[in-house]
Amino acid sequence: MFLSMNWIKDFVDLSGLDDLKLINQFSLSTAEVENDIQFKGSDLSGIVVAEIKSVENHPESKKLHLLKVDIGADELVDVVCGAPNVRVGMKTAFAKVGAKIGEIEIAPRPLAGFMSCGMCCSEKEIGISDDHSGIMEITDDVALGTDLKEIYAIDDIIFEVDNKSLTNRPDLWSHYGIAREFAAIAKRPLKALDFADLSVYETLPKVDMKIEDPLCYRYSCLQFENISRSVSPVDMRIRLFYCGMRAINFLADMTNYLMLEMGQPMHAFDSRKVENIRIKRFDNEFEFQTLDGVERHIDANTLMICNGDTPVAIAGIMGGLDSEIVEDTHTLTLESATFDAASIRKSTVRLSHRTDASMRYEKSLDPELTTAAIARFVFLLKKYDEGIKVVSSLTDDYAYRYPQITLSFDKAYVDKYTGIEIDNETIVSTLTRLGFGAENNGDDFTVEVPTWRATKDVTIKADIIEEITRIYGYDNFEIHTANAPLFPTRPEPVKKDEDNVKDILVKHFNLHELHSYVWNYVDELKELGIKNEGVIKLANASNPNIETIRKTMIPTQLCQVKSNLGYANDFGIFEVGRVITGMTDDNLCIEEKHLGITLYQKGMNVRDLYFRMKTILETLVDELKHTTVSFEKIEPEFDFEHPVNLNAVLVNGKVIGKIGLIHPSVMKKLDKRACVVFAEIDMDKFAAIENNSIHYVGPSKFPSIEIDLSFLSSRFAPIAKAIEKAACELIKAVDVIDIYEADDASSIAVRLTFSDNSRTLTREEVTAVTDAIVADLEKDGILLKK
Amino acid sequence: MQEKLEQLKAQLTSELGAAADPQALENLRVKYLGKKGSITDLLKGMKALSNEEKKTFGQAVNALKQQAAENIQKRAEELKELEIKREIELMPEFDLTIPTKDNRGSYHPITLVQRECERIFTTMGFNVEDYPEVVTDYECFEAVNVPKNHPARDMQDTYYLENGELLKSQTSAAQNAILRKYGKQLMEDGMPIRAIFPGRCFRNEATDATHENTFFQMEGVMVDKDISISNLIYFMKTMLSEVFQREIKVRLRPGFFPFVEPGFELDISCLICGGETGCPSCNHSGWLELCPCGMIHPEVLKEGGIDPEKYTGFAFGLGLTRLAMMKYGIKDIRDLNSGSLKVMSQFTDDK
Repeated sequence: MFLSMNWIKDFVDLSGLDDLKLINQFSLSTAEVENDIQFKGSDLSGIVVAEIKSVENHPESKKLHLLKVDIGADELVDVVCGAPNVRVGMKTAFAKVGAKIGEIEIAPRPLAGFMSCGMCCSEKEIGISDDHSGIMEITDDVALGTDLKEIYAIDDIIFEVDNKSLTNRPDLWSHYGIAREFAAIAKRPLKALDFADLSVYETLPKVDMKIEDPLCYRYSCLQFENISRSVSPVDMRIRLFYCGMRAINFLADMTNYLMLEMGQPMHAFDSRKVENIRIKRFDNEFEFQTLDGVERHIDANTLMICNGDTPVAIAGIMGGLDSEIVEDTHTLTLESATFDAASIRKSTVRLSHRTDASMRYEKSLDPELTTAAIARFVFLLKKYDEGIKVVSSLTDDYAYRYPQITLSFDKAYVDKYTGIEIDNETIVSTLTRLGFGAENNGDDFTVEVPTWRATKDVTIKADIIEEITRIYGYDNFEIHTANAPLFPTRPEPVKKDEDNVKDILVKHFNLHELHSYVWNYVDELKELGIKNEGVIKLANASNPNIETIRKTMIPTQLCQVKSNLGYANDFGIFEVGRVITGMTDDNLCIEEKHLGITLYQKGMNVRDLYFRMKTILETLVDELKHTTVSFEKIEPEFDFEHPVNLNAVLVNGKVIGKIGLIHPSVMKKLDKRACVVFAEIDMDKFAAIENNSIHYVGPSKFPSIEIDLSFLSSRFAPIAKAIEKAACELIKAVDVIDIYEADDASSIAVRLTFSDNSRTLTREEVTAVTDAIVADLEKDGILLKK
Repeated sequence: MQEKLEQLKAQLTSELGAAADPQALENLRVKYLGKKGSITDLLKGMKALSNEEKKTFGQAVNALKQQAAENIQKRAEELKELEIKREIELMPEFDLTIPTKDNRGSYHPITLVQRECERIFTTMGFNVEDYPEVVTDYECFEAVNVPKNHPARDMQDTYYLENGELLKSQTSAAQNAILRKYGKQLMEDGMPIRAIFPGRCFRNEATDATHENTFFQMEGVMVDKDISISNLIYFMKTMLSEVFQREIKVRLRPGFFPFVEPGFELDISCLICGGETGCPSCNHSGWLELCPCGMIHPEVLKEGGIDPEKYTGFAFGLGLTRLAMMKYGIKDIRDLNSGSLKVMSQFTDDK
């Protein structure tokens, strides 16, 4: 919303104060001001009132005219002018020699063969409207040669307030409301508005009007006729233009002006079309043409202003085309109303049509405004168009009144909440300036909330704290730490593990942490030939590519691998992210926190890469839980999983995740000459693993015995099982020291280390153990290599 | 004999000088001092001499023997030194200008910034919490005093799931759970609630250089008997100065958020342009809106089972994504979720 300092100063005397400092203070105390403040008229000088004394056609140009203009000086000035609306006796805005318009300085110059000593200006050229159809016509009675800035408020400071920062403040959608803030900030009095006395019309007939729907809180209207003015006063038009609206005609400008001044949207109907005003909703749906000519679909939730049963306007949003003011309109009905804010907002969204009026209604306007705005309207109308005649009494249906809010609190409450000392007098005077009825009896305060703050904004005493402190200024706060007792902090186990896992993966295994989105990358997955799998979708995704919430981390990581091909011949990525793996019986999402790891390597040594992943998982579990991992073959769940070497990852017999290869059909699309291994771990399950902690064993004083055994086997599992079965406490380490792979004679060599902390072992007792292991394996057909 | 002795002595000296490696030296030792060596031979040839001669000559030969051994040893050391010298000479000087391959892993910048914030708050007695991304309407809105008709609950701002749950649009969704989790200890043991909860948030909006539909926030709450606005400003300023490792400029403006009263927008001077010139990151204002904060709304405390007449508290929602962008000068927010290793692998560690 654009705001004019001139307009604000109508209501509060800010003389002697720095405008920019005030605006900045406003930003810090009330609402955010955008940073491009405009200094209107600052690049304009030397524009005077001139009268065209003669008009001659240019001998060679059809467009150009040769003018002599009177600028109140001794001699007339010759000007070549291309405007179509020049005529003798017309007064216009004239940039005389030496005048400045923006970057341009006006100098005498030859134009189409004639000297031109100045320029007649359009309103657009002097920046007071966007009208460039001809030169400005000045109808006011002013002396020729008068500087335009002396008669019109061209100089102004315009600043913009971020609408978002005004969502909770319906009172700030007007210059008067903003002026109240400036008054409080500057500690200057706020002037009262001038109103017409509407009680003089009490004897006139009422308008036939009735609220038939609780969504309309208040409806006020007044009829008048005999409007003679069609063009608004220049100053009014300038203010409207500076504030981002364009002048249309006097009546429309007046309603807009009132809206910008008091925040109350108004609408004028042709009285012939609203003989009995009813405010209601319809059961059926229908099309309705608004005054911008657009057909809009009205449903049963949309509140309408009607003439009897004929809709004439969408309440709070826009009038209808059929009831607008036309050439032969004689009597006008001025509407000033308040509606349920949520209903207007929903209608706005439904119709995708937001107007200056609906924007204000959405904020919960003060119903007290309706009649005040009419009284102000009539006051200004009479000021600018003396002949107007009010032909009805003020008709007002006040269906819903917000309750009066009175709040009580004491000084201790303010002290506790602020943490600083603000004296009683400051509290009362600040609230009073903001329009609150504030009183104190010693340290006890009673505050009446003004109607314009009582529609939703200020309801509890904590709201009062804000009023006091924001005007006090947060920059003026003395800040200090809290006097709270200290207790040890206890990190969430899963957070702690997550941090440690990341460290190990980055520092130990040189992996890269990447982030991704929580939804499947549908288009990218299609390119890899991976099905878009998920258990739930977004209900309102902006496009189908981000619609399905992922069920596993890996497909996303495969997309990431693909987009990073060429980064290196060998890299690994990981992420701790969320997946939705299923739904509960109550139809709630089962969200899991998963660690996804994907390793990529050029070349076909997939076994090495797989074992690197195995090492990673073993290291994570060993480092963080001091226990071991086992693997168990499982069947594929997803189409990207290779059916061979897909294993569940188990710790203490519980599955915490899986490790696997990528299905060849996906690999062909991803990279034919590389291999990829993935692992996915449920972090909550990981965190739940009991930490074995470190069991210290002191150094043995006695020598250890190492026995190497080589078995004819291609699998280690049976060997490990046999060693485990031996259950010998003397075995302190089992290492695989050699693997030989051949079609018919694969072998695995194991080194067993025996020791005891209390004695030297004998060769015999060690051999007894190894013999038992060998014999056990022999039974399974695994023989010692000769 | 004496003559022969002198001759051998001269011969050894010259041959020692010629011995260039340990093998040659060993050969010399054998040749002169071995069992059949020439000096040993001299002793063997003494049989023919008289006892008197034997004594004199024997002494001379032994002296020669000893001297020869010493000289060979000396020469051996000389050779060792020469060898080391040669080895040093052979060592080429490395060309350090040749670029080396960097194999280090990397953290996501959000992790780095998040950890830093967690560290700072942990040192100030705050607990770090974990919270899901999918939450209910109650958690995200109702429990934190966002009324039914508030625009934030409109479909166009929040990602709703088919079952009516939603992707949390703010970390405040965790507030109610945190208040309930620690409320008992607050009321029974006087243990203030101090918690932060970092997490991913989602907004249904179009993305550009400064807007993302997926971003990270870190919510913080502190509740105790006398928590004030003054405390809030203190904590925010202290924490942010720690994060940026310098005294930073903050400014507080009134801001409206249903879960706090009063509510503030906390701005800090833009770290990319320094706040002087303005840049795209700060929307040419010089200030960066970093952190909505405020005093926890009495209704939110009540909903969390805490009596707002007895306890007050503050809450803040720090934009971790913004913070990371400012800290590392990341100009396009979309880089963070781009998954590009070329870009993201720069963030090795930043402790």
